Formats: sequence, structure tokens, C-alpha cells
Amino acid sequence: MFAPCRAQAVRADTFILRAAAGGIVGGEASTSCRRGASNMASGEGAERRRGDRYSVLLPTYNERENLPLIVWLLVRYFDESGFDYEIIVIDDGSPDGTLEVAKQLEQIYGSDKILLRPRAKKLGLGTAYIHGIQHATGNFVIIMDADLSHHPKFIPEFIKKQKEGNYDVVSGTRYRGDGGVFGWDLRRKLISRGANFVTQVLLRPGASDLTGSFRLYRKEVLQKLVEKCVSKGYVFQMEMIVRARQLNYSIGEVPITFVDRVYGESKLGGNEIVSFLKGLLHLFATT
Amino acid sequence: MTKLAEWLLGLALLGGGWAALTFDPLGPSLPEAGRQLLWALPAYLLVAFGCYSLATVGYRLATFNDCQAASEELQAQIREAHGDLARRGFRF
Repeated sequence: MFAPCRAQAVRADTFILRAAAGGIVGGEASTSCRRGASNMASGEGAERRRGDRYSVLLPTYNERENLPLIVWLLVRYFDESGFDYEIIVIDDGSPDGTLEVAKQLEQIYGSDKILLRPRAKKLGLGTAYIHGIQHATGNFVIIMDADLSHHPKFIPEFIKKQKEGNYDVVSGTRYRGDGGVFGWDLRRKLISRGANFVTQVLLRPGASDLTGSFRLYRKEVLQKLVEKCVSKGYVFQMEMIVRARQLNYSIGEVPITFVDRVYGESKLGGNEIVSFLKGLLHLFATT
Repeated sequence: MTKLAEWLLGLALLGGGWAALTFDPLGPSLPEAGRQLLWALPAYLLVAFGCYSLATVGYRLATFNDCQAASEELQAQIREAHGDLARRGFRF
């Protein structure tokens, strides 16, 4: 049933191109063909629109090893749950060949499920989200890390939570319920809990995990928030939640497990802590 | 109102109330014991908050879930994924 639809769509496209080149005569014929194709498309599209579609944004930089694994997991859990989805890979010109890997995955899983939207160089997370949203055809957007620290098995739980409370944002939390972390030593955990405590006291944000980046947003909500946020790094994720509260969006939480396999390489140093505090004070003074 | 403004307002109200009662510009109106307690109150509250903070962070640190099972599950799934992707023609 799917194949004839695609064929129709392709024919309509080429017809439209010829019509554009040929002028009015081609135009009439293309209208009828387009109508036919678009009836099919709107019939199918309307069915899809009635349901929800989830766009997963995966900003990647040097994730050649992890990308196939995260995509495999996403496909598995989404197929199991039956929700409609697409995965948008936003590679920032990784020198390790992440894009080649992504192309292979596109071959295997289909270009309707794996969308490649790369960029020329490392341009930052906020702009990656904006770029991703522009290409997302879903009405919900899921943001997560591509390094396997976030596990796709929680996505169906996010979706269920969102439907339960009709939330605008669902945030994964490591600090509540059976959420938690693997791969952190005592020092790292202390810094994490300490920073979170200071944040809770100063900002009273109504969410338990602000620096987490495993979240489900309504597409228009994410768009609005990314436009308003100015911070970078950890503070960017914090600012998203704080602004969401400001704009009276509803926020739900789901406990998640965070498996850190890169901590050994990237220790949390004094610099990060200082810039976190600066960012926190900035939010304190301006929101 | 920003959080900073809220804090400043709250501190101003509480501080003003405390100063009014402690320094008592309109003549003695509180019993001596009460005045001594009031005088020490800010310091006492600060210390109490400090203790609360340490206790809370300590408790949360101690009960921070360590997800060994999640890590093992991930390792197993990575192996499974490698096998399945290779079968589908993926070249690592």
C-alpha cells in the first residue's frame, strides 16, 4: 500500500517540475495529477496528522561509534511502542566520519525515518535545535544526547507521561524516583547534588533536574524557548526550563538513568563550575 | 518580578521587621528574654539554614541511585546492536 503512494508522489513532483519549466499547458495537467497525488497524500497525511509524530533531534560531533547504536535503540523502542517517529541527525562536520555512518543508517532504515541534516562546522546546541526544528515534520520533538548516556527506552514513558497530563514539556530527571546515574564517583555526585541544591534554592524552578538534556517538547514550545534562551552549556538547559515556567508551560517529569561512559575523559573542572555559577546568578537576576 | 527582586523584597521586609522590634525606636515594648532571642535570630536562622543545606545535600548524595543494572543492560544491548546491524549490512 505504501509503494504506490510513493510512486504517485514522485510522479507529481516530476510533473510539477515539468509544469514549472513548460508553463501553462503543463500546469493544467500537473494540477490534476497533483490533486490526485495530494488526495492520496492528504488522505495518508491526515491519518498521520491525527496521530502524533515524534521527531528525535540528535546533534552529533564525533559520534561515529555511538550513532549506529543510538539509532538502533531508537528504532527498536519506537517500533515496539508503535508511535510514529523520525530521527534527525544534525552532524556538525565531524572529522571522524560520523556523516558516512549516518548515511549507511539512512540506507538501512529509510530516509523517511533517518533524516540527515548536517552542518558545516560546530555551531552550538541552540542553533542545532533551531536547525532541527525547521526540518522536523513531527508535532513533538525529543532532544537527547547521542553518546548513549540517555537511553531510548524512556521515550515511550515520556510520551505516556505527556499524554497523561497534556504537558508542554516532559523532562527526564536523575534525581527523583528510581532515576539515577552510573559511572560517577563521589566527587562528581557531590558536585551534581550541591549545584542542584543551590539552583533549587535560588530559582525554585518546579523541576528537580535542570541541567538534564533528555526532554520531550511540543514543537512550538521548543521553538519559542530556544528563541528566548541566551545561555550556553549546562545553563542553556536550565534556562529552557526556567523560561518554560515563566511562560506558564506545564512540565512533567520522568525518572531516567544516566549512564556516563565519557566521564573518565572529561572531568568536571573548576572552570565549568565557575561558569555554571555565573550562569546561575545571571538567571537569578534576570528571571 | 525576578528571583533576585523577590529575595531583596523578602529580606527587606524581614530585616525591617526585625530591626524595628530589636532596636525599638519607640521605647521598650518586649520582655528582655524575648529581645535577646530576637537579637540572635538572624544568626540562628543562618546557622539553621546551613545545617539544613548540609543535611539535605548529604542525604541526597547518599541516596543518589547508582544504576549498575542500567549500565549492564546497555552493554548487552550494544552487543546485540552490533550483531543486528552487521546482519543488515552495516559496515563498522
